[in-house]
Amino acid sequence: MDLSTTYMGLQLRNPLVASPSPLSHTVDGVRRLADAGVGAVVLHSLFEEELREQAALDARIVDRPAESFPEALSYFPEQADEDAGPRRYLSLIERAAATVEIPVIASLNGTTPEGWTDYARAMQDAGAAAIELNIYYVPGDTRVSGRDVEQRHIDVLQRVKQAVSVPVAVKLAPYFSSIGEIALRLDQAGADGLVLFNRFLQPDVDPETFALLSTVVLSTPGDGLLPRTWIALLHGRVGASLAATTGVEDATDVVKCLLAGADVVMSTSALLRHGPQHASVLLDGLATWMRRKGFSSADDLRGLLAVPPGGDESTHERSLYVSALRAANASAYGHW
Amino acid sequence: MGVTVDGNEAAASVAYRCSEVCAIFPITPASPMAELADQWSSEGRRNVFGAVPGVIEMQSEAGAAAALHGALQGGSLATTFTASQGLLLMIPNMYKIAGELTAAVIHVAARSLAAQALSIFGDHSDVMAVRQTGFALLAAASVQESHDLALVAHAATLRTRVPFVHFFDGFRTSHELNTIEPLTDEDVRALIPEELVRQHRARALTPERPVIRGTAQNPDVYFQARESVNPFYTRTPAIVQEAMDQLAERTGRRYGLVDYSGHPEAERVLVVMGSGGETARETVAYLQAQGERVGVVQVRLYRPFPAADLCRALPASVRSVAVLDRTKEPGSLGEPLFLDVLAALSESHADGERAMPRVIGGRYGLSSKEFTPGMVAAVLAELDREQPRRRFTIGIDDDVSGTSLRYDASLDIEPPDAVRAVFFGLGADGTVGANKNTIKILGDEKGLHAQGYFVYDSKKSGSETVSHLRFGPRPISAPYLVGQASFVGCHQFGLLERAEVLARAAPGATLLLSTHHPPDRVWDALSRPVQERLLAKRVELHVIDANRIAREAGLPGRTNTVLQTCFFAISGVLEREQAIERIKASIAKTYGRRGAEVVKRNHAAVDSALAALHRVALPEKVTATREPAAVVPDFAPEFVREVTAMMMAGRGDELPVSALPVDGTYPSGTTAYEKRNVSDLVAVWDAELCIQCGNCSFVCPHSVIRSRYYEQSHLQGAPAGFRSAELNAPGLPDTRYTLQVYLEDCTGCELCVQACPVSAPTDPTRKAINLEAREPLLARERANIAFFEALPAGDRARVDFGTVRGAQFLEPLFEFSGACAGCGETPYLKLVSQLFGDRTVIANATGCSSIYGGNLPTTPWTHDADGRGPAWSNSLFEDNAEFGLGLRLAADRQTELARRRLAELRDFLGSELVDEILNAPQLHESELRAQRQRIAELERRLEALDSPAVVDLRSVIDHLIRRSVWIVGGDGWAYDIGSGGLDHVLASGRDVNVLVLDTEVYSNTGGQMSKATPLGAVAKFAAAGKTMPTKDLALQAIALASVYVARVAMGADPQQTLTALREAEAYDGPSLVIAYSHCIAHGYEMRDGLDQQYRAVASGHWPLIRYNPMARAANRNPFLLDSSRPRISLGDYRQRELRFRSLAASDPAEAERLLELAQQTVQQRWQTYEEMATRSAHDFLADARRDR
Repeated sequence: MDLSTTYMGLQLRNPLVASPSPLSHTVDGVRRLADAGVGAVVLHSLFEEELREQAALDARIVDRPAESFPEALSYFPEQADEDAGPRRYLSLIERAAATVEIPVIASLNGTTPEGWTDYARAMQDAGAAAIELNIYYVPGDTRVSGRDVEQRHIDVLQRVKQAVSVPVAVKLAPYFSSIGEIALRLDQAGADGLVLFNRFLQPDVDPETFALLSTVVLSTPGDGLLPRTWIALLHGRVGASLAATTGVEDATDVVKCLLAGADVVMSTSALLRHGPQHASVLLDGLATWMRRKGFSSADDLRGLLAVPPGGDESTHERSLYVSALRAANASAYGHW
Repeated sequence: MGVTVDGNEAAASVAYRCSEVCAIFPITPASPMAELADQWSSEGRRNVFGAVPGVIEMQSEAGAAAALHGALQGGSLATTFTASQGLLLMIPNMYKIAGELTAAVIHVAARSLAAQALSIFGDHSDVMAVRQTGFALLAAASVQESHDLALVAHAATLRTRVPFVHFFDGFRTSHELNTIEPLTDEDVRALIPEELVRQHRARALTPERPVIRGTAQNPDVYFQARESVNPFYTRTPAIVQEAMDQLAERTGRRYGLVDYSGHPEAERVLVVMGSGGETARETVAYLQAQGERVGVVQVRLYRPFPAADLCRALPASVRSVAVLDRTKEPGSLGEPLFLDVLAALSESHADGERAMPRVIGGRYGLSSKEFTPGMVAAVLAELDREQPRRRFTIGIDDDVSGTSLRYDASLDIEPPDAVRAVFFGLGADGTVGANKNTIKILGDEKGLHAQGYFVYDSKKSGSETVSHLRFGPRPISAPYLVGQASFVGCHQFGLLERAEVLARAAPGATLLLSTHHPPDRVWDALSRPVQERLLAKRVELHVIDANRIAREAGLPGRTNTVLQTCFFAISGVLEREQAIERIKASIAKTYGRRGAEVVKRNHAAVDSALAALHRVALPEKVTATREPAAVVPDFAPEFVREVTAMMMAGRGDELPVSALPVDGTYPSGTTAYEKRNVSDLVAVWDAELCIQCGNCSFVCPHSVIRSRYYEQSHLQGAPAGFRSAELNAPGLPDTRYTLQVYLEDCTGCELCVQACPVSAPTDPTRKAINLEAREPLLARERANIAFFEALPAGDRARVDFGTVRGAQFLEPLFEFSGACAGCGETPYLKLVSQLFGDRTVIANATGCSSIYGGNLPTTPWTHDADGRGPAWSNSLFEDNAEFGLGLRLAADRQTELARRRLAELRDFLGSELVDEILNAPQLHESELRAQRQRIAELERRLEALDSPAVVDLRSVIDHLIRRSVWIVGGDGWAYDIGSGGLDHVLASGRDVNVLVLDTEVYSNTGGQMSKATPLGAVAKFAAAGKTMPTKDLALQAIALASVYVARVAMGADPQQTLTALREAEAYDGPSLVIAYSHCIAHGYEMRDGLDQQYRAVASGHWPLIRYNPMARAANRNPFLLDSSRPRISLGDYRQRELRFRSLAASDPAEAERLLELAQQTVQQRWQTYEEMATRSAHDFLADARRDR
């Protein structure tokens, strides 16, 4: 059974990629994922803003009690408040890349132009096989236009592409007026991969305590429909590799994504729920399905159910939509 | 190229380069030398022999001296750094090291010794106490000298084999920044030939050439052997001079064993040692220029005493000599330097070498008391009198023994081309840090010399700082505070009321004032005396709202950069453009390692500072009528009004000897008179929301939250704003409840808000206690507090001591300490004072708790309305457990005497009463109260009697109430320096209660590692992360079988803390309570302290336990595991604290490794505890004490 896959030019032993999660916070976690068989690992995101805030906070913590009391002009060794910047993250890349055979992909969330490029370059130097741009951008300013938001994505991508030679993927949110167009623009701007889709962690409200709750809700299989729809559409229409993420719970979900046209399938929630060894369950399931259906190579099934290129996409979508709606109504209310 | 460093760094720089081993222990003011050595070692910096010296922190100075001794005997070049009691602890080994003629140097930042009180400040009491050990003593007088003579000491010890103490004045030279010419490695090598190092090594113990060293000798040879070293000492002065000359050849800086300066035919001469010599030399030059025939002899080598050099140095014309000693030797004929000089001159005279001058001796400068040109002039003037005083003091007003000389405090001899500036700020606003940068900026300018010295106060919250800066074209040798400043920076508006601020301003001085008042309103905001002083001195006033600028730049509270920029702009010490450029470069250098964000914010502060700076034209006349508030209220006791208030106002120097107690005994409860108003935000009670749980007052580190319950009728006459709620307790109808915040004492730490369990129904951010601005509430709350204090105090016998809720009604007898805002230690002490305070004596180890507990001017241990409260004492750092045990032994003997006399007097006093007293149980408050009533009756009956037995009984009658002895200290004491004593006391079986305030680090001296420091934490001396797990003190004590042991964390389980303290106190035997105390040295916002305590417990880092031998005796399992299984990972607890996080940033792989090991340690310890918690009673050792 040949599960080997090419993702952004990287040779993967299979199309299952562990996407950012607490599992990839340590070298040990990365090793466990690799041992379970995944084809690549995307590390958790490096947040530039977090690093800057932390450095400022550490400086404050060290400074405030210093030079106040004659017996203790400081409370920490000289180096304690040194801003190590991304050292911790880079060390993780270095050690993880040296520990596992599979590609280790870094993930970056910058806030300043220099942040994006400097950190990306440092990640490449530390041994990242590729960089995933986690442009987690929520325009809270209601005056920002959709075009500006799109341009920001393009700018960031171009800047990082100029700074590094390793492949660069963009992880996209699904909330664009025209996903297809932004995907094509990013493709043209040099994206080596498009990761569909980012999930916004949105605060909830607690009606008892009147508090805002920051919640992390793991994805469920139903969440996979949206990325699959768009991957099916983009397959064959962009040069960039396509990664499906969100809602990959079992082997059937992996198969569906591949059929829709994903180059790789990313999983977070399922691995968190069931542990890293769940990766082998997914891969075994994929192999079993392929055997049952007579496929010997992953490439053979990839994109079988994508929207055929060259046709009229809107007609295809429209007809799918109408028939799906009709079917759904039928199951709910009986034939009309 | 000069560098600007302080004396500690100057000395350490040489010591480190000359050494292979540094054995150290932190002690003020020498700690920075050890810290620098450790830092350089951890950075891999090499000594001049190409090796990275090994630095090891020991458990005490005694341990450091012993390790030093061993390292020397092993053939290493070894050194240590210490001061004060630390040096005293080294004495036994110093005799050994010297007796064996071992080359070594101990660098000492000379400091006062603890006598009637501890003092961290400088004098020669410590070094004078080792003059008999056989060590040579070499005294440096300035920052440059502490650098140069450090090398001379290291060179001379190898050449002479005589070990050296190299010392300089603590809290002057040690902490004075000055521009010096540094010694290169070549200079160091030139003075320390490797051949000498090899000879030293060849004397080491080695099995290849075995010898026996350290024999026991008998009367036949000990004496002769002791005399065998004489030639080595005879040679030493000449060899030291040789090293000094060699240094001079290389650097041009020439030193003598004794140096004379002054008139070549002087008639009157001072002899002095240390930094005072600098002042004397400058003053003598000034007087000489005015035609006076005066001179000064600076002594550098004190042991072996260079008598011949001293006599040669004194001009033949000298008629009278005054010898100044910076120490006191009560009962002696005179202080040591005086006696040595007298003996030397007398022998020289007897030998016919010279006429005998009159020699007088005086004391000066104890505990960093200022020594100024006026004082030098006064001593020289005394020598001019026909009958000068034989013994004198200078710098104080001794109205008891009449020893003191009068002096002219205003004598100003400083050159006019030097700029002098003083800055008044708060520790937290960064004033000192900015001034240190300024000194470095100016010190680095070609042709400029700079000096800085910083005065801190002894409070750990809201502390004030004064920076004294000098700059000029010539080297600056004025080791005393700036008196006449041409520039005064007042970085906090409120500080302007302090008389000292404008007292230090020269006429026509510039004042830079930070204030939120707009420029056109500033004048009206000033009090009358301030306006008066400004006009009288024709001050040029500039103002800026530095707080606003700093806040806008993202640096709330840190006004340092803004005000530093203004200083440069106004003072003109550099061109404005050039100054801005230098400041920005300095910011980039200082803050660069903290990342771009920090640099960006500080640069922004520089850029916006000048636009907000305004010159204020002063009117012609005083317009204000407002007088500053009195320092203490009228109703304060006389001692507080007359003495304490002077210290509080910064005028303690003016107090005469007669004002001070003779034996170090002071009244308790004086913090109540010091309303410090250190926080703009204070706690405010919401009576509507409050459920009266008592959590907030339980955790309040400063005892500012008090509760009372009272009958409705007591509300008559309450001020309009007085808040009251119905008492929420069954069985007490028509009873009211008030929670009163003492807002002038509140530090705004926010722990109470965090501890409050309730929130407003529609606003989760609003609690039943919240922080609000203090200023608008001040008048109302002052009236409320006065009314609250007049309410009847709750009846202790009716309060349920067993609950947190009940404990809030117990009056704290520890209040308003100067501990850090949000201190994690003080809530435990407060609770002890609430529960047992009226019958407690406390032995307190030196450390944070002895400083916030006993540092003048005001102290927090107080008394109740009956005058009873904790009696508190600090003996030393290392001896506290033994000291406390002594208090117990005395109490036991006196209790025994009281009971014996009472039994003897049974027939006269009434058998029923006597039997009741003798047999009374005294565990519960109601029983104690009943006993107090019986004793009151006993006292009444005793009035009618008169016999020796009756008098005896009266003298010990207080011991008929069960006395509670508490031994309190931090982990530095309990785990390290006091460990042996604590172990012994716990094994004594005696009824003492030990409370360890465990911050897992030496907090008071600035965050050095102790054996309580967790595996993987970063601390000073463990900069790369501690690689040893914490010692399990609890298990060690449990192994003794007769010790009650508890580990508590108030923030995780206040009820368990309360229960443990009560059980510990009730237990008739030794008790050990180890209390988790969050601390600023952990590195996070202190308001989260309780939450972190919770996490420490939830992660298993700090399991809550109790071990009660009484349960074992009752056939129950004595070991209780009070916290549940770890339910968060250790990483979840640790990632919030900088002490752990910084290692993850600097060395992620090592941090992960240590975290994993620490997590394993947690799990293994938990398994051990869990197994113990399931054992049967007989699986534990039985308490074998008799009568139990």
